[in-house]
Amino acid sequence: MNKSETRLIDDNGLRVDGRKLDELRPIKMEVGMLEKADGSAYIEQGKNRVIAAVYGPREAHPKHIALPDRAVIKCRYHMAPFSVEERKSPAPSRRELELSKVIREALEASIVSELYPRTSIDIFIEVLQSDGGSRCAGINAASLALADAGVPLREIVAACAATKIDGKIALDPSDIEDKQGEADLPVAFTPKSNAVTLIQMDGSLTEEEFNQALDMAIGACRKINEMQIEALKRKYVAVKEQAEESREATA
Amino acid sequence: MSSTPQLPPIAKVEQKTIVDLIARGRRIDERSLTDYRDLRIETGLVQKANGSALVHLGKTKVMTGIKVELGEPFPDTPDQGVLTVNAELVPLASPSFEPGPPSEGAIELARVVDRGLRESKSIPLEKLCLEPGKKVIIVFVDIYVLDHDGNLIDASAISALAALLTSKMKSFEVESGEVRAKDELVPLPIHNEPVAVTVAKIDGNMVLDPCLEEELVVSSRLTVTSDREGNICAMQKGGMGPFTDQEIRQAVKIAIEKGKQIREVIRGATVQT
Repeated sequence: MNKSETRLIDDNGLRVDGRKLDELRPIKMEVGMLEKADGSAYIEQGKNRVIAAVYGPREAHPKHIALPDRAVIKCRYHMAPFSVEERKSPAPSRRELELSKVIREALEASIVSELYPRTSIDIFIEVLQSDGGSRCAGINAASLALADAGVPLREIVAACAATKIDGKIALDPSDIEDKQGEADLPVAFTPKSNAVTLIQMDGSLTEEEFNQALDMAIGACRKINEMQIEALKRKYVAVKEQAEESREATA
Repeated sequence: MSSTPQLPPIAKVEQKTIVDLIARGRRIDERSLTDYRDLRIETGLVQKANGSALVHLGKTKVMTGIKVELGEPFPDTPDQGVLTVNAELVPLASPSFEPGPPSEGAIELARVVDRGLRESKSIPLEKLCLEPGKKVIIVFVDIYVLDHDGNLIDASAISALAALLTSKMKSFEVESGEVRAKDELVPLPIHNEPVAVTVAKIDGNMVLDPCLEEELVVSSRLTVTSDREGNICAMQKGGMGPFTDQEIRQAVKIAIEKGKQIREVIRGATVQT
């Protein structure tokens, strides 16, 4: 990671995009906008545009991967070729393969997979535009898609990263902060069970700074978790209204 | 696509023995919860490499070879050399390793070791630039797992660092745009010594350096790489289970402390004469 080239915090303590140190980027979530998938969700977190879909529980394919006592969870995190400044080859990179694994593990911690032995639950995450923290946005969207598919979850998994810019711990790094910052700490968390289901870090932090960054990321996950629940409720209110309308129409 | 792994079967009795022992602060091989197995480091086994190290961590064996070559820089970092870390889970090391393209486990292993080396700035990449945008030194770190008896991440990170610390390369001269290699051998510049320590959670207890049998009952693991100053430079959680935030803080403390001890062992084994 490069040393800061431009200043990331101005004299008023505000960041490049005008945020305070502990402020999230604007988040927009939408649930169930794909027709064919069993569950789907779309999220905008800053300039991140991420779509997630879930198929299953369905027959495991190939059959030999099926497990006798639980569902197999499959996960693919993938970036669209046009999602970054220079075109990215559509072939999965080593980074994408690693992220697919840690995202699967982050979600798997919350899925009640023992209810569906011998089946497979498949999670697809497509990053349409990346703006720093796309794995977190991907997790946020994927847990909504899982809930939308009716997959039993212990809790909705929320994720957010913390960073260190110009020597200060800050929340939810954008692209430039991610590239020029001194550390990146993505965290996935479920509030009620106080469970960290994903944590990665690179950069340089003292133990004290790390603890501060972890607190900040967990605090943000709590907020995002509430937004996710609201987004799910919005969808079901819409479904209910639709049902009532059609009942009135037939009456 | 990443999918839930099929773990090799482990007898319920054995599982229970491991868990019960750990609940009482003991291990199947008589260690305490935070003891490492015997760590032995051999260096210089492969003369054709610029540096090499074979690490024995209990029965786990990992070899790393360093190759230094000339090449072109990445377009986005024209004034920096290149560091490439790769890991091979060689099929002879375990019945569960198969030939073929790298598995996600091998990719994760290489990337975790890479992050430790890179983020601690152990190799000053700007010093490996000979001609900006044209000629730089490329350092290949190839991790070769030879016997898998658990805790591959820590053993691999140790062997990578030990190999780098004992590496020698030709010194290069740039004369009117021509890069010339001199016969004189110089040590590879190494400015930091990152050490990865993995803390494994077994039935709610924190354990260091799990052997393979123990790894089969590990619910989650957290690798914390700390540098010479005791700063954290890389971290990676693995496994399907969660950690509480207190457990993470505790694991970080344990890992930084243990890292210091391991760094001393690595220094002892890599003293250049």
